[in-house]
Amino acid sequence: MAETLNMTVNMGPQHPATHGVLRVLLELDGEIIVKATPCIGYLHRGVEKLAETMTYNQALTLTDRLDYTNGLSNNLSYCLAVEKLLDLKIPKRAQYLRVMLAELQRISAHLLWLATHALDIGAMTVFFYAFRERETILGILEQTTGARLTPSFIRVGGLAADIPDTFTASVKTFVDDFPARVDEYETLLTDNIIWKKRTQNIALLSREDALNYGITGPVLRASGVKYDVRKAYPYSSYDDFEFEIPLGRNGDIYDRYVVRLKEMRQSNRIVKQTLEKLPEGPVRAHALTVVSPDKADVQKDIAALIRHFKIMAEGFKTPCGEVYSSVEAPKGELGFYIVSDGTNKPFRMRIRPPSFINLGILPKMAEGLMIADVVAAIGSLDIVLGEIDR
Amino acid sequence: MSMVRNPVEALQESFGDAIRKVEEFRGEISVTVDKSKIREVMFFLRDNGNFLYDMLIDLCGVDYCGDAQRFEIVYLLRSSRFGNRITIKARLQENEDVDTVMDIWMAADWLEREVYDVLGIKFNNHSDLRRILLPDEFVGHPLRKDFPVQGYDFEKPFSVQLEEESNG
Amino acid sequence: METVPFILESLIKVVVVFSVVMLIVAYITLLERKFLGFIQVRLGPNRVGPCGIWQPLADGIKSFFKEDIIPLQADKPLFVMAPMICFFAALSMFAVIPFGDSVYLFGRKIKLVIADVDIGLLYIFALGTLGEYGVVLGGWSSGNKYGVLGALRTAAQMISYEAALGLTLIGTVILAGSLRLTDIVEAQRGVWFIVYQPFAFILYIVAGLAEVNRTPFDMPESESELACGYNIEYSSMKFALFFMAEYAHIVVVAAVATTLFLGGWLGPFLPGPVWFLIKVFFVVFFFIWERATFPRLRYDHVMQFGWKVLFPLALLNVVVTACIVALK
Repeated sequence: MAETLNMTVNMGPQHPATHGVLRVLLELDGEIIVKATPCIGYLHRGVEKLAETMTYNQALTLTDRLDYTNGLSNNLSYCLAVEKLLDLKIPKRAQYLRVMLAELQRISAHLLWLATHALDIGAMTVFFYAFRERETILGILEQTTGARLTPSFIRVGGLAADIPDTFTASVKTFVDDFPARVDEYETLLTDNIIWKKRTQNIALLSREDALNYGITGPVLRASGVKYDVRKAYPYSSYDDFEFEIPLGRNGDIYDRYVVRLKEMRQSNRIVKQTLEKLPEGPVRAHALTVVSPDKADVQKDIAALIRHFKIMAEGFKTPCGEVYSSVEAPKGELGFYIVSDGTNKPFRMRIRPPSFINLGILPKMAEGLMIADVVAAIGSLDIVLGEIDR
Repeated sequence: MSMVRNPVEALQESFGDAIRKVEEFRGEISVTVDKSKIREVMFFLRDNGNFLYDMLIDLCGVDYCGDAQRFEIVYLLRSSRFGNRITIKARLQENEDVDTVMDIWMAADWLEREVYDVLGIKFNNHSDLRRILLPDEFVGHPLRKDFPVQGYDFEKPFSVQLEEESNG
Repeated sequence: METVPFILESLIKVVVVFSVVMLIVAYITLLERKFLGFIQVRLGPNRVGPCGIWQPLADGIKSFFKEDIIPLQADKPLFVMAPMICFFAALSMFAVIPFGDSVYLFGRKIKLVIADVDIGLLYIFALGTLGEYGVVLGGWSSGNKYGVLGALRTAAQMISYEAALGLTLIGTVILAGSLRLTDIVEAQRGVWFIVYQPFAFILYIVAGLAEVNRTPFDMPESESELACGYNIEYSSMKFALFFMAEYAHIVVVAAVATTLFLGGWLGPFLPGPVWFLIKVFFVVFFFIWERATFPRLRYDHVMQFGWKVLFPLALLNVVVTACIVALK
């Protein structure tokens, strides 16, 4: 009897379908995968160590670069953690704007996921359609924050600045058009028999496995667990808004696709509500030692100038203690565990990265799949290496 | 649905002295546990019908350089049934090991590997304890307080070895 | 003895057909990129000349000037020959396709087909299969395990769908009573065969897509899969030859569809060749449209579909057609 050896194939750090510098070692028996080992760390920049050397305001810029597809959600998660540490109350207008920006970011992150996932499976056109909408959102975000990728707009105490005058009109146009666009994507994919053949009953994830592996986000909800941080531990006035949490049944790739599409629609609904209900008021908390005064005051009043200088140069001191605060990022539960020793720099800033923990399921999920399915499975997990490697 | 019993009370009842400290800060409860009892505490929290903490949300390490018990492992648990969160902590001295909780929650697999990688804490009975984020040949554990931010070889020039030289 | 004028006539036809076909193949690449662009809400090439007219020329020049790499572990003679085999097979299929009615020039009746053989359709199938040699040899001689895997997959897919492809056309052959392509076109003077054989037309289009490795059957050459295609080690002109062979094959599949189902060059007012080009253009446009719309099928789905669905359906079509014709 001839002895057969399994072939080891390397899906290298450079690969069009691994969405970043992810390396997966696949042991194959013919076309079937016997063992899959992800190797990460190609994008490790030591964010957690760096944060210990920076003031709280400076460390905010590190958070943009975690999940770079949705910088504002990362900023929000970090700011909520620091504000919890400081026990700071944020004005309503700032909270509503934070929700609006975070939900717009969620839509843009899901659009990126849809575009790349469909492209991996071969549907090229969806890629361009989704990016068309994403351009609109990034244009809106650039109007407001000044950057497409690294906004650093949500600051400790509120927002960096108030929204410009053109903002609400652009958002309204987008929000009115968007449901029809999602219908377009659905027409191309949802009932397409080829799409269903490629995604249904593939890479199944049971409810028990999902909970045991610590999976969060759309992947968990596609397996039937109703856990969304926005509903479970509401933050930033999310309980003022009405929205649903879509759930899946089987936990296959198709369910994850359907859940994320429905989430896009729900996010659109939330943005609409924030537009209607947006109150007037300040966008920064009134906390003299933490929040920098308005630019107009800084330029006129010497006391404001001194405060601004102190806050920017020295930062603010936080009380001793530890907090954990999380948000529902598009990829899952993004949490920050900050340990403070009473100084102006965090003693330990731990980032709970959803993609890192979600990727842990890949070895189990990939067993028994064919090579072509691994690409689809990685796409359905929706990972971003910036967050995994930090 | 909220929990019938208070988890802290139940823990103190069942484990007595092993529960070293209970703190509350900004509405969150954290319980410091003796590291030798960590597995029993975790099994209790996961399997006891009153609590059912079936999700390990996060596992991380903190370096309190200068304290007698230098390291602290922080476990953040959540119950999907009741929706409660709890933080369990365990203190370690330098060079001490702690038992793995990988067989309790598989999420601990990679999380413990990361703690080993950046802080150098070994987990007993972990199936595959090796570096995850840093290269395998890396020397040192960067997140420790005595490891400089710029690394040890910041001043060293980057040597380029041409292929012809390495082939001899 | 008619040899010298015959040879001259054939030579001129060959030159004309070859140049026109090369031009069509080059401009189909541009057409595809423009159509895909418009469907995908973008413009496609528009820099090199108005509407990107000179793009194929630019691509040709680029291909020509790239470095021609032959890997050390490659089997050199086969490596060089493989793209030539593919290209030769693809182009030779045009020899039997009729472009129009006979014309009268210099007192001679000249048929607008290079070689009007009585086994025209069989000739096309034979050359199609010959083209697959090029694919397998190309993958194997690269000396790269991914090339071999890709080549085997491609060859397996092409061979499976050849069987179904042939069967779908038997229906029209029964109706026309001949394998000679000019006869098949003549038999459609009254009604095009698509009216009598709509089902066979659909089956033919599907089998044709798989034969030329187009989406949704383009797994062997998709970029986002692990095992890249058979042409993984090819560069410069050899790669361009594979590429042109693929597009020429697409035009052949479209031309055969036109000849057998859409009435070939038949049509009122306009001269034959123009109608022929218009019909071929429509079929090719459909192929491009299909590429823009659908995701790709997994390899085992492709094989299952070819053998378990398409082949029996094509067989059924033949049986039903034969029964109806026998009963008439």
